[in-house]
Amino acid sequence: MKDPENFLSGFGEVLLFIIGGIIFILISFFVSGLLRPNRPNAQKLSTYESGEEAIGSAWTQFNIRFYIIALVFLLFEVEILFLFPWTTVFANKDLIDQTHGRWGWFSVVEVVIFVGVLALGLAYVWVNGHLDWIKPEPNPTQVKSPVPKDLYQRINEQYGKDRERKGDKQI
Amino acid sequence: MKGFLDQRFENGGFIITKLEDLINWARLSSMFPMTFGIACCAIEFMSTGTTVYDMDRFGMAPRATPRQSDVMIVAGTVTFKMAERIKRLYEQMAEPRYVISMGSCSNCGGPYWQHGYHVVKGVDRIIPVDIYVPGCPPRPEALIGGFLQLQDKIRRESVVAPKAIERLTAKTNS
Repeated sequence: MKDPENFLSGFGEVLLFIIGGIIFILISFFVSGLLRPNRPNAQKLSTYESGEEAIGSAWTQFNIRFYIIALVFLLFEVEILFLFPWTTVFANKDLIDQTHGRWGWFSVVEVVIFVGVLALGLAYVWVNGHLDWIKPEPNPTQVKSPVPKDLYQRINEQYGKDRERKGDKQI
Repeated sequence: MKGFLDQRFENGGFIITKLEDLINWARLSSMFPMTFGIACCAIEFMSTGTTVYDMDRFGMAPRATPRQSDVMIVAGTVTFKMAERIKRLYEQMAEPRYVISMGSCSNCGGPYWQHGYHVVKGVDRIIPVDIYVPGCPPRPEALIGGFLQLQDKIRRESVVAPKAIERLTAKTNS
């Protein structure tokens, strides 16, 4: 029987492993600190950018439309990824003979469904104009909302009055 | 406190020489080259990494950043445009760092020696080179020969200050 006082739960073991890992890392850092040469210079401390001089900041904004591009790319990539293994088995003579020809039809129907679903996705992207990089005019979706417009207006006016009372500048 | 490898010892005792042997052995058994090729020599460098020549048996696995690599193999024609980058990459590598100049182009400019207005006539004009591998391009065997030479060089490294030069200067002074 395990003594419940001195018994380590599964989480306790994980904790021990984490502590052990940290100690090992600290020891190896300490030893390498004793051994290694320490000769920093401006070039060495600069950012590694394949030998180029780094310019600007990495905290830049990317166009949100790259997200759509990435998604469309994934669409085709997944398609290829599954079609290549499919090509090696769909016309397999042994499998077709074993199933009296049903295997061929089965695999063709399956892949047509698969490509069909992905083509549907492509059609959706195409119809919505996501394939065009330059969008001449924004086309907002018309929503029939049950909330009347004047509800917002009342709130905004109230807010504006509060600001004026406080002496804030109107934006 | 200075690191062990930053120090120069006057005379090597038992511990220092043994530690030195251990460090040299560790260093020559794991010479990580930088993934870096400029011209056709890079093709030979790549085939050195394949299973046929098996660079890994020397403990050499290409690293994708200068921070983790020990050896820079300059494999190809060094143009002046590239020279700046090579210099910067060399500076960004952690000490101790070694350079293998691979092929005629990086050794001396090679076929561009006379008329190549854009080619550095030897990469040793911009960074210190440890080993020169001749050939145009050198076969993988030749590059492996260069690795063995570099291993030999590392094996003979010492943190004990050399005495021969001191003795020479003492003679000329007296």
